[in-house]
Amino acid sequence: MIQLSIDQLSKSFDSTLVLNNLTFHINYGEFVSILGPSGSGKSTIFNLIGGLLLPDSGTIQLKGEKINGKRGSISYMPQTPSLLPWRTILQNVLLGQEIQGKTNPETARKMLYKAGLKGYENAYPQELSGGMKQRAAFIRALLSPQPVILLDEPFSALDELTRHEMQTWLLDIWNEHKPTILFVTHNIEEAIYLSDRILLLSTKPAQVVQEVTVPFTRPRKEELFLDENFLACKRGIHAAFKLQQR
Amino acid sequence: MKNVFVKGWRPAAVLLLLFILWEIAVKLADVPAWLLPPPTDIFKEAIEGWNGLQLHLRSTVMLSLLGFAIGTGIGLLTAVLLHLIPFIREAIYPLLILSQNVPIIVLAPLLVVWLGFGILPKLIVITLVCFFPITVAALDGFRQTPGELKHYMLMAGASKDQLFWKLELPYSLPSLFSGLKISATYSVMGAVISEWLGAKAGIGVYMTLASSSFRTDRVFVAIFAIMGLSLLFFGAILLAERLLVKWKPREAKKK
Ligand SMILES: Nc1ncnc2c1ncn2[C@@H]1O[C@H](COP(=O)(O)OP(=O)(O)OP(=O)(O)O)[C@@H](O)[C@H]1O
Ligand SMILES: [Mg+2]
Repeated sequence: MIQLSIDQLSKSFDSTLVLNNLTFHINYGEFVSILGPSGSGKSTIFNLIGGLLLPDSGTIQLKGEKINGKRGSISYMPQTPSLLPWRTILQNVLLGQEIQGKTNPETARKMLYKAGLKGYENAYPQELSGGMKQRAAFIRALLSPQPVILLDEPFSALDELTRHEMQTWLLDIWNEHKPTILFVTHNIEEAIYLSDRILLLSTKPAQVVQEVTVPFTRPRKEELFLDENFLACKRGIHAAFKLQQR
Repeated sequence: MKNVFVKGWRPAAVLLLLFILWEIAVKLADVPAWLLPPPTDIFKEAIEGWNGLQLHLRSTVMLSLLGFAIGTGIGLLTAVLLHLIPFIREAIYPLLILSQNVPIIVLAPLLVVWLGFGILPKLIVITLVCFFPITVAALDGFRQTPGELKHYMLMAGASKDQLFWKLELPYSLPSLFSGLKISATYSVMGAVISEWLGAKAGIGVYMTLASSSFRTDRVFVAIFAIMGLSLLFFGAILLAERLLVKWKPREAKKK
């Protein structure tokens, strides 16, 4: 069942066309990644879905309702944690709920415990490591009442080891709550490891050039990274991008 | 608070040394007291004349506090208006800077001509010197809010109100407090200047009386009183800042 659908979306800045008739959809409870090179327009897609920008043409529909230019319809996690430095971690993860209306500190506490942030409820963001901050930022997005979560390269600023740890952690949480996720990345392995489906984006202007359905069953283990089929899948995506650049 | 004493002993020692040098110099050169009294005379006068001085002090403190409160209120209100309505910012901000170039010493007597000797012209003088640092500091704070935080708030659906109350205002607090510190010390100066215009009591009045009767020791008592008051106000703001602002913007933290 389709939850979020993007239809014939175009957007240009000044006279450069960034998105050209972009079309895709996400089903309920699906984990979809958008994979594209730097500057291809991935963040622009999010800004459009988030209602910060208006498309030149096309529609964005959430549960069949048009949300062009309507802010606050989705939940969001940016590349930097963007936690407010004067709020404790607990107050920070409640911010998304607070903006929309009611807060629920009890569930927030429980989620912080499960995320390994027990004992940090009353700490300030400065006291946390990069990975911990990203966990808090994700919990903030998860607690927000909106049904779809957009993640914009959430782990790209982390070191390799922490990133792997975070990916596994994200899969665990996702398995438990099964929220609908649209995940932006330019890391091919990350996209394969996490998603149900991957949309490959071309540059200038951005279009979905190929859609890859990831064949691996869940729950996925970290050993998957070394699997033959995983590498084959990665090779396939590489080839698709190569073909694009010509 | 302990910290203040630990750090405070060095300037205190320098001050003491200065007083000692001053005392010795005056005694050795036999300077007449109406020209430059020795520090011991000044302290003696401060203690002996305490009863008379008290009245003036109280009046100046009340006036400064009231003026500071009004100045802060108007300063904040101006900052919020200028911040939220860009059209007003463009029209008014340059004029605000211009208003700071009008010398208070010239403006003050004019205010008396227009408004009489009541408390109103005095409050206007203090407000004029107080509000500007606060407006500038608050505006800077609002505008320096990091783009990434603003972007998150907007994506999460924050209204303009929520953006201001949950993000821009708390973010501006450290900056706002730097403005408040400046204004707090200015407010004492403003009060004294406004008392020169004519008042029943106040350090400004005490000072005018002292200098016209060549009581130089009393002039110095007044100067020290003004310095002490300014320091006290500054300390009070510092304390409030400690209690209210438990975080610092990134640049400031690195030190
Ligand atoms: N507000 C804007 N005004 C003008 N041009 C913009 C604006 N936002 C984005 N662009 C341009 O649109 C293009 C796509 O930018 P976008 O940030 O969406 O890319 P991205 O895929 O998210 O890149 P990255 O992987 O580096 O985050 C870029 O060429 C950028 O210069
Ligand atoms: Mg981006």
